[in-house]
Amino acid sequence: MSEAPPPAERIGLGRIFKAFFLLGATSFGGGVVAYLREALVVRERWLDDRTFVEGLELAQMLPGLNATNMSVYVGERLRGAPGALVACLGMMLPGTIVVMALGVLVAENAKAWDLSSVLLGVGSAAVGLLVQTTWRLAQPVVRNAFDVAIAAATFVGVSWLRLPLPLVLLVIAPIAIGRYRPRAAAAAAAGAAGGEGGRAEAGDADDDAGRGHA
Amino acid sequence: MLLLQVFGVFSMLSLLAIGGGAAVLPEMKAWTVGAAPWISAEQFGQIYSLGQLAPGPNMLMVGVIGYHVASWAGAALALLGFFVPSGLLAFAAGHAWDRFAANPWREAIARGLGPMTIGLILAGAVSIERAVMQGHGPLPYAIAAAVVAILATVRVNPFFLIAGGGIATWLARQAGIL
Repeated sequence: MSEAPPPAERIGLGRIFKAFFLLGATSFGGGVVAYLREALVVRERWLDDRTFVEGLELAQMLPGLNATNMSVYVGERLRGAPGALVACLGMMLPGTIVVMALGVLVAENAKAWDLSSVLLGVGSAAVGLLVQTTWRLAQPVVRNAFDVAIAAATFVGVSWLRLPLPLVLLVIAPIAIGRYRPRAAAAAAAGAAGGEGGRAEAGDADDDAGRGHA
Repeated sequence: MLLLQVFGVFSMLSLLAIGGGAAVLPEMKAWTVGAAPWISAEQFGQIYSLGQLAPGPNMLMVGVIGYHVASWAGAALALLGFFVPSGLLAFAAGHAWDRFAANPWREAIARGLGPMTIGLILAGAVSIERAVMQGHGPLPYAIAAAVVAILATVRVNPFFLIAGGGIATWLARQAGIL
């Protein structure tokens, strides 16, 4: 039932590469996921919205970047392993070329051109963007005091205590997932009787489509 | 061997990046600036900023970190390390995902990891703030605050704000007030 609608015709690898290359070349400013939905669901119609959101949920749960995980997921659905490979390469290639060209130019001419003042403003604006992204992502995800405590403990552990990330993940993930393990979730839903739990779930799919960043 | 270390560090970071690239920035900084050290904290901040100027996923900048460590081979291995292991995992998981469509643990994992991801991304923002913004007076903070305020009120492609931030600090440097 969660199967993607099988594409009517066999989609060429070249077409998959081209679509993802265009995405990789035109998605500026971090919000790759929004561009992905526009291209895959609206323009190419390779996925329906539901399959897109399911893929996105997987992409966010797995380690790695949402954008590359999504391209692997979609490419695999369209044309198996070769599809996944060309989709991922297409997504990465334009940005890799640009960032390596910029990086090498700056590294080799560090003394000649003083780009540090430009990069200071770019980085500062990027921090603002990250703060805004965090706020937007938190809306559908952080719903109660327990969620706030999990987010805060993670932040304090990594940022203030500077604990190693694997340690933080190994301690906090089991606590957070354990709190929402199937049995507890069912009991909580029954107890809340159509309160917070049900409403929050209904809003999930819509919010997911717009969130995520590279 | 250095190249193997580059590949190893970025593979490990790739597999720790739950919640996307920003979530793993503090750990990346700890490994590339603190432990090795391959680059300075200032370079780390500048390379991250460079990544914002390129299209696509902004974590492609790991290639530039690799370049600083071991030239083009370092760049290639950093990129392969950061993208191949997590890509293979996504490929394998995509198959399994559909089979577990009705499994209640799927929802439990998504629900539990969500808030943790928020904490990780915020920590990522702070690590960039430390590497980029600290020690340059109030202007960088004014730019970040302006970006937050603008994005909260109007729909605008964030790239224009990123570019605007760069122009603002460049002008300030030319005017001698930075």
